[in-house]
Amino acid sequence: MGIHHVDEINSSCLLLSRVATNDGHGENSSYFDGWKAYDSNPFHPTRNPEGVIQMGLAEHQLCLGTMQEWIRKNPKASICTEEGLSQFKDIANFQDYHGLPQFRKAIAKFMGKVRGGRAEFDADRVVMSGGATGAQETLAFCLANPGEAFLIPTPYYPAFDRDFRWRTGVQLLPIHCHSINNFKITETALMTAYRRALKSNIKVKGILVTNPSNPLGTTMDRATLRTLARFANENNIHLICDEIFGGTVFDGPEFASISTVLEDDPRLNRDLFHIAYSLSKDLGVPGFRVGIIYSYNDAVVSCARKMSSFGLVSTQTQHLLAAMLGDDEFTTKLLAESRRQLSRRHAVFTSGLERVGIRCLESNAGLFFWMNLKHLLKAATVEAELELWRVIIHKVKLNISPGSAFHCSEPGWFRVCFANMDDGTMEVALRRIRAFVYEANERGTTSAQTTKNKKRFDRTLRLSLPRRFDHDLMTTMTPRLMSPHSPLVKAAN
Amino acid sequence: MRLIVPLQAVVQGRGGLVLGSLIPCALFYLLQLYLRRNRPSSSSSPPTSSASASDLVELATIPRSLSRGLLSPRGAGGPARLSSRGVAVARDDDNPYYVGLKRCPEDPYHPSSNPRGFLQLGLAENLLTLDLIRDWLVSNWKESLLLDEEEEFSIRGLATYQPYDGLMELKMAIAEFMGQIMQESVLFNPSQIVLTGGATPAVEILSFCLADPGNAFLVPSPYYPGWDRDIKWRTGIELIPVPCRSTNNFSISIASLERAYNQAKKRGVKVRAVLVSNPSNPVGNLIDRDKLYDLLEFVSEKNIHLISDEIFAGSIYGSDKFVSVAEIVDAESFDRSRVHIVYGLSKDLSVPGFRVGVIYSYNEIVLAAASKLARFSSISAPTQRLLVSMLSDRKFISEYLIINRDRLQNMHALFVDGLKQLGIKCASSSGGLYCWADMSKFIQSYSEKGELKLWEKLLNVAKINVTPGSSCHCIEHGWFRCCFTTLEEKDIPIVIERIRRITESNLVS
Repeated sequence: MGIHHVDEINSSCLLLSRVATNDGHGENSSYFDGWKAYDSNPFHPTRNPEGVIQMGLAEHQLCLGTMQEWIRKNPKASICTEEGLSQFKDIANFQDYHGLPQFRKAIAKFMGKVRGGRAEFDADRVVMSGGATGAQETLAFCLANPGEAFLIPTPYYPAFDRDFRWRTGVQLLPIHCHSINNFKITETALMTAYRRALKSNIKVKGILVTNPSNPLGTTMDRATLRTLARFANENNIHLICDEIFGGTVFDGPEFASISTVLEDDPRLNRDLFHIAYSLSKDLGVPGFRVGIIYSYNDAVVSCARKMSSFGLVSTQTQHLLAAMLGDDEFTTKLLAESRRQLSRRHAVFTSGLERVGIRCLESNAGLFFWMNLKHLLKAATVEAELELWRVIIHKVKLNISPGSAFHCSEPGWFRVCFANMDDGTMEVALRRIRAFVYEANERGTTSAQTTKNKKRFDRTLRLSLPRRFDHDLMTTMTPRLMSPHSPLVKAAN
Repeated sequence: MRLIVPLQAVVQGRGGLVLGSLIPCALFYLLQLYLRRNRPSSSSSPPTSSASASDLVELATIPRSLSRGLLSPRGAGGPARLSSRGVAVARDDDNPYYVGLKRCPEDPYHPSSNPRGFLQLGLAENLLTLDLIRDWLVSNWKESLLLDEEEEFSIRGLATYQPYDGLMELKMAIAEFMGQIMQESVLFNPSQIVLTGGATPAVEILSFCLADPGNAFLVPSPYYPGWDRDIKWRTGIELIPVPCRSTNNFSISIASLERAYNQAKKRGVKVRAVLVSNPSNPVGNLIDRDKLYDLLEFVSEKNIHLISDEIFAGSIYGSDKFVSVAEIVDAESFDRSRVHIVYGLSKDLSVPGFRVGVIYSYNEIVLAAASKLARFSSISAPTQRLLVSMLSDRKFISEYLIINRDRLQNMHALFVDGLKQLGIKCASSSGGLYCWADMSKFIQSYSEKGELKLWEKLLNVAKINVTPGSSCHCIEHGWFRCCFTTLEEKDIPIVIERIRRITESNLVS
């Protein structure tokens, strides 16, 4: 018994696939280096008050109490209660990839609600997937062949490089956005990216956007969305809108979903539009693994539904969520509570940071904000950004995510998550940032200090920039799986 | 595919390689010209209504490799195109296996309310012992949830992110369960387990790890029709059926594997693994110890992998003892890094809706890659917690396994007897949820067409869904897989009677 190690395998030359041996999994990205630092020294209010605070995981934990209350009041929804058991037989062996009809209806209803009732969703177009991760991958499989590409505005969620490209062989090409206009997508940038692809003989099959944006935390304005839709329509390419943060919009302007744009403009070819969704952010239940593909294209619905066998949602979970999301009163209460909590958190953080001269991109959604630390960089380079980031991880002990991990074209931006901690931890985080900024101001620059620290801490943190997919490298084995470990669970234990 | 094999036979021996590649190419090219000439002209503006799947299928029959030259990169106008993978998946509906599966739920049999409804014998699902699981939940529902100090249901631990490849507690519980199923002949190591949302993604993830697009697996046939989707769809891996015959009860022949391996090599196709199911689906026979040893020797010699799908390991009703490949690996000195086991709880524990699959591998790189790939198909956290509780109740599991085995044995005996009365013999089997029935004397012409005609009659006239051997790539005609675990005892005479009506009218004199 026992597992065979690398040397023995190499010596027997037992071949494995490219997928198994390349670094398409992306865990060598700096996005995950911070997580590793957190994992090895996690913050705990009493047991480890000097530990690293996790601000790199976009998890929504502010409304779990509301959900818990509902579950307590509705024991029938959980089939593991006496009241719920009557449905057990039908649930335990139901494996139809259409999913429970009541589940699909509840999802369609909830999606409509998140959009303030401005759009209606058809339950028959709701397709399950293994989390939003699975939704993105399935759409890539359905819409593009290996080697073909999707355009994506920067900065973007680092895991797209893995979720969208790893097994599918599809490429992601950047549409560069800049802070000068708050990182909005311009038609020029879109055209430039598209033409560059054509010149390199790469077939562009579509555009992938996240709205509200991760990491920016902003909702896309209607005009930009319409521009994207028209561009897709004119060039006969697909538009995938990842609307996973749709329910986290806590401030104006109102969330404009692609569904409303489609309803406004009947000339658009609906076959080109698809929504990726999940309950992981809006409801704060990433552990339930509920991913949704909603496509306006019948063939895509059919294809994705068949592929959903690879990522079906457990019927026990479907049953629970069907009841929960079907309860109108509850969902109204939950969404309102969520917005209230997020708005409050966001205000406390951004005002706290402003007091020490740190500006953030103005945002109205998401579980994070996009922080500008350009003025603290030694130079306007990615290396300087990563140097500052290492200081923040090791000296300030906050795991925040550097902009370069998100392919941001300007160094100095950082994504900071705020919805995965309690108020006490939030205060500690703010205190640490204030202390760091005062110290930095006193010394003029941070360079003298960081060079010394760099020698001491460099061993543990590798400088790693996101790599392109087409390297065929034998990867060094990552000793620990990069699964997000929720800090609140750790704190509670 | 069907065209190429006879072509090879024709040109073999006479500049075979050249002619063997030129002729198919020429035919292919002529096919493209024909299709291009007959392609429906696309409208200049995109249609306002969504294009139907059939339109898309028609347009996309031109293979991708040639389409780049034919279509301009701008591609403006015409309906939205799916990927070639997407098109193949969207249109893959004709296989009788799936057709039958779809018809039954539309008009399901019920003894009192719908006695003329469809009887589902095409889905390998075990309903015989579901009541035991339900009873356990009734008496243990409190334990099955994550409770905090006040004994209140706590969502906090369940809702948040969990390790993508499964909770360690569940891995440990499943490792123990697998050991229990195999009567403790193997000790399974939880750190060699990757959990996935069902055996379907388990086998796909494993395939993605072991082979690149264009490589192939050798699969003794008849085999489970689902693999044609689960493995071929997105990985681009080819499945090469290696026929087994009724003369030796469909046992795997190493000589046939050898032959198939060499044929693939001649075609320039790299074989990366042998994929077997044990107990076999659809036949139900077990691979004995000697044969497992021979298989391990074969894959070692060829330096390829062995994937053993042991999902029915806990559904043994015969007197033969089940031997897992893990047992042989433990005892002998084979290179373990080439051995991988696929498992799941859908069959042995009757909970396919919960979506629990297992990859058990001795290869560290495969485990590392698979655990990262599991992110695309993780098990829902509340379900994991529930199963940890259930599987940890060793007493319940032991009782369950004994009762399950008894009921399986009983149903199998009754069903096979019933078929015998009609003159239908079944292959000798010891496990699984089905039997492999020989209805060849009732098909009009000994061919796949004849077999499908009988299948259609059984489906449309007798309203019984069984799986025809051709869906399973069986080289002999007239064999059908009949699952009996979705029935109750009193349903069996009804099934037999319905089959009798067809066989009596179909008897070939």
